[in-house]
Amino acid sequence: MTVIATTPQREGGLAALIKHSRYIIAENPVTGFAFALFVLIVLAAILGPEIVPYNPLTSDTAQALKPPSAHHWFGTDQLGRDVFSRVVVATRLDFFIAVASVVLVFLMGGLAGVAAGFFGGWTDRIVGRVADTIMAFPLFVLAMGIVAALGNTVQNIVLATAIVNFPLYARIARAEANIRRDAGFVEAARLSGNADWRILAFQILPNVFPLLVVQMSLTMGYAILNAAGLSFIGLGVRPPTPEWGIMVAEGAQFIVSGEWWNAAFPGAALMVAVFCFNLLGDGLRDMIDPRRRT
Amino acid sequence: MLTMILKRAGMAIPSLIGVVIVTFLLTRALPGDPAAYFAGPAATPQAIEQVRVKLGLDKSLIAQFGNYVVDLAHGNFGTSLTTGQPVVSELITRLPASAELTLLGLLVSIIIAVPLGILAATKPNSLIDHACRIATTLGVSLPVFFTGLILVYVFYYQLGWAPAPLGRIDVFFDPPPAYTGFYLIDSLIAGQPETFMAALKQLILPALTLGIFSLAPIARMTRASMLAVLSSDFVRTARASGLASYTVIVTYAFRNAMLPVITTLGMVFSFLLGANVLVEKVFAWPGIGSYAVEALLASDFAPVQGFVLTMAVMYVALNLLIDVLYGVIDPRVRLEA
Amino acid sequence: MKRRDFLKSVTALTAASAVSAPAVWSPAKAQSRQETLLIVSESGPNNLDIHGVGTNVPGYEASWNCYDRLISHEMKTDANGTPYYDKNKFKPELAEDMNIGDMSVTFKLRKDAVFQDGTPVTANDVKWSLDRAVTVGGFPTFQMSAGSLTKPEQFAVVDDHTFRVDFLKKDRLTVPDLAVIVPCVINSQLVKSKATEQDPWGLEYTKLNTAGSGAYKVTNWTAGSQVVFERNDNWKGGPLPKVKRVIWRMVPDAGNRRALLERGDADVSYDLPNKDFAELKTNSKLAIVSTPYSNGIQYLGMNVQNPPFNDLKVRQAIAYAIPYQKIMDAVMYGLAKPMFGAPADAPIEVAWPQPHKFNTDLDKAKQLLASSGASSINVPLSFDLGFAGVNEPIAVLIQESLAQIGVTTTINKVPGANWRTELNKKTMPLFENVFSGWLDYPEYFFYWCYHSGKSIFNTMDYQSPAMDAFIDGARTAAANGDTAAYDKDVKGMVDLAFTDIPRIPLYQPYVNVAMQKNISGYEYWFHRRLDYRAFAKG
Repeated sequence: MTVIATTPQREGGLAALIKHSRYIIAENPVTGFAFALFVLIVLAAILGPEIVPYNPLTSDTAQALKPPSAHHWFGTDQLGRDVFSRVVVATRLDFFIAVASVVLVFLMGGLAGVAAGFFGGWTDRIVGRVADTIMAFPLFVLAMGIVAALGNTVQNIVLATAIVNFPLYARIARAEANIRRDAGFVEAARLSGNADWRILAFQILPNVFPLLVVQMSLTMGYAILNAAGLSFIGLGVRPPTPEWGIMVAEGAQFIVSGEWWNAAFPGAALMVAVFCFNLLGDGLRDMIDPRRRT
Repeated sequence: MLTMILKRAGMAIPSLIGVVIVTFLLTRALPGDPAAYFAGPAATPQAIEQVRVKLGLDKSLIAQFGNYVVDLAHGNFGTSLTTGQPVVSELITRLPASAELTLLGLLVSIIIAVPLGILAATKPNSLIDHACRIATTLGVSLPVFFTGLILVYVFYYQLGWAPAPLGRIDVFFDPPPAYTGFYLIDSLIAGQPETFMAALKQLILPALTLGIFSLAPIARMTRASMLAVLSSDFVRTARASGLASYTVIVTYAFRNAMLPVITTLGMVFSFLLGANVLVEKVFAWPGIGSYAVEALLASDFAPVQGFVLTMAVMYVALNLLIDVLYGVIDPRVRLEA
Repeated sequence: MKRRDFLKSVTALTAASAVSAPAVWSPAKAQSRQETLLIVSESGPNNLDIHGVGTNVPGYEASWNCYDRLISHEMKTDANGTPYYDKNKFKPELAEDMNIGDMSVTFKLRKDAVFQDGTPVTANDVKWSLDRAVTVGGFPTFQMSAGSLTKPEQFAVVDDHTFRVDFLKKDRLTVPDLAVIVPCVINSQLVKSKATEQDPWGLEYTKLNTAGSGAYKVTNWTAGSQVVFERNDNWKGGPLPKVKRVIWRMVPDAGNRRALLERGDADVSYDLPNKDFAELKTNSKLAIVSTPYSNGIQYLGMNVQNPPFNDLKVRQAIAYAIPYQKIMDAVMYGLAKPMFGAPADAPIEVAWPQPHKFNTDLDKAKQLLASSGASSINVPLSFDLGFAGVNEPIAVLIQESLAQIGVTTTINKVPGANWRTELNKKTMPLFENVFSGWLDYPEYFFYWCYHSGKSIFNTMDYQSPAMDAFIDGARTAAANGDTAAYDKDVKGMVDLAFTDIPRIPLYQPYVNVAMQKNISGYEYWFHRRLDYRAFAKG
């Protein structure tokens, strides 16, 4: 008869993650608040167009610039469109801009950075030069230049944001790849015949992800603010698409004449979203690396 | 030290070259035909061609780039189409305007954010800590132009506390003689206190706008750095020796925590130089930001190229300065380098 | 700590403002404030000389106020009591006498007129200036040719104070064309001394300096920031202006311009959104004057050479599908004259602008579209981003309305610098634009916009021999004084323009000016810019 000594199992996987998260959230209520907000934003992005009372594109000039009321919770804009519907529907586009930007910059910067750190030599030098060149630009003007040159579509705004943030991601990714270049699991992967790029993509990049995830949430906020700034200059998304940034930029001209709701509500939505992403970044950092809790 | 500076400067040259090339290509990729713009609203296609030849735009890109580099070497940044002035003279007059505003904004930000960060670090995870974090994050969560417009609306339009957003100095004041281009400094040098006050009043709102926007990174870095230092051995020793709390925090801890804060300041400054463009538009500030934006929208190459190059050089110089400062503050860095 | 810092900053603000609250000025400043007119606008000149290369429209204002011309216009009063230039009555400016002959006109110049540097004005200066206008190319030469002034040979110096212009052909527009901004009289001796081989006309000098005999001179110009004008106390072209100094400041943000006016920190602005003008009219803190653009129309243009708009029925369908009244209400706030919805039985007048008979009727539009056979039309709707304040909401409203008859559009914002090029290409299928002419005559407008020969402003690429015949006929009739033929041709051209409808007029815009109540003397001029010479303050 064999007695197998069992050691108490550590809870693995998802259960551990949830328990750890709950601990962090309890410790830091602000993070919890940020998570709740995030869920709300995602819900609004997914369900938005279905649940809003009015079509965000339908104009009704007889009802233009009416203050908030029971019919129009956030009032109407200069063409009589319902501001509440537009703000909620805009969540989807802004969320898309934020997520697409970070995914793109993670892939671009992350891959370039790990390649630079892993291979060293010329790859390192080239990526470094590219990153330094981008960083030497005044970043908003670079984004403006890219959108002005390529056209003001959502794709180009996302691309501009990604390019402008590229150096930061490349730098972090490169540092990590440098460290892990000689790690055991990388050696093992190489020995089992994996091509270099597979190692990069499937072994190293996933390890870089936790470091970048904090930066990514900050970049999400930055992406939305960038789109708003571009709209103020006239390089934002095309009308009549509802997007917080362009609604704030257009609504800004009505502040002095007293129709504050035109800019205030999209501005508040924008602020809440960016605020949420920023705080989320802090919370994620706490979750992932207790040493770096700040 | 000198070798370090030279080495760093040398490493920055390729970036500058890259910046020149990318800007050149980017401005050429802008929509809009300067020849058509220049030729005016009634030009026939032949007239436009004539203007194109006169502007040298019919040559190949390589030839144009060559001409541009040669001009650069002579200090000739070209002429702006929209203002008709040489770019160099406009950059010289406008750069101090932006720099003064950005520096003052940074100052405002430091005055508010650093004490906040220190306070938050001394009481981590308390209500004050959360409140500080929320307050500073709110500042950076609004688009900077929106903050500016709201400040103008509240403090000028409604309350009348702030002066009219008409630029650097009231219309009926003559600007001080241009020693540095910084109105605050120049008016003090020339002994004109009234001018100093007038310039300061115009600076308050835009500097506040910029400052609000940069609170978060500075506060965050101060807090993080202070936290790290406050848990270090020498601080524990200081506390154990019975030194007053104030002495411990300010005299010992803060000085040591300053380094990462200074790096952040550098990053924030260059970030603000970019965010400047929007603030300058709101406050009718005659700086290089508004200059570059108008030129960009009019597909006016020369000012955009001049602006980007100037900013890139300033960025490199700033990083160099920070590295030097680092060495001054922390001898360990110097010795290691 | 945070509260302390906040209080610190607030105290600093109040302390600073306590030094001089808005209403309290030091005596010296109060004096200069009273003598200075402060104008705010979005953008400013890029050149002080209208003959310059690429001079923008704000530059015309500097030229108008700092230079004199041979003749100007008398003022009449319009329906609102605003002084309005009388296109038929000329007033002497540099010339004290004008004698119109059969194929020439002779001017006798004032003997006491001097340039701002003291040099007397002679006929040689006039010739040099007019030669310059027809030679430098670009907009000035184009404008001169509108009045058949094309060759330096037409300009003759008879003696020091007598000057003659010979006609190449009879053209009713020649004399009026001498009163527009372009044929200004420049100090030829001064500018010639600044000319070089590469720059024989001294354009580089006059870009930055005014060298005229006009009522004002530019004493300070910071491009993009401000222009400062000082009165020329030796001006002989009319009664001495009351305003000693004009400061023109560029303030990019429209909300701030309105705030400045409402708080009394600026005197005049013509550069506000329509909504603000409409509201300021009712709140009585400021005086608002609105005058229709002479000879100006905002329209929706279509390229008639390419599908789908080469089909008349499709064009008519679009004309019935535009939400005209919505545009008047929500975009113009009533500050425009409708160019649509004339009663079906109204006769065509001998006037321009005049309204067409189309109005919003979606059913009719759908019928026409169906009968044309065109289906699933999808085109970009383009406009000039430089005027986005008005163009964009109009585009959105039109897009929505067209969608209801099955026409899909995507909004295409074209940056201002690129707009001319795009128009010249004649490839944009559907676009918004505005055209107005300085010379207020129907045949002038049609000549530039509907004639097949003059392609630049014929943005629709409209080619119609019948229309050409009407236009040419009208111009000849005008030159010969044949009223009957003229009336017939004008009615013909307008009728054809509305039948073929290559461009759909939307409205005639208003020129709106907002001024402090203590400002008087605003005059409406064909160029729609401000004339500082008549202003008075207090």
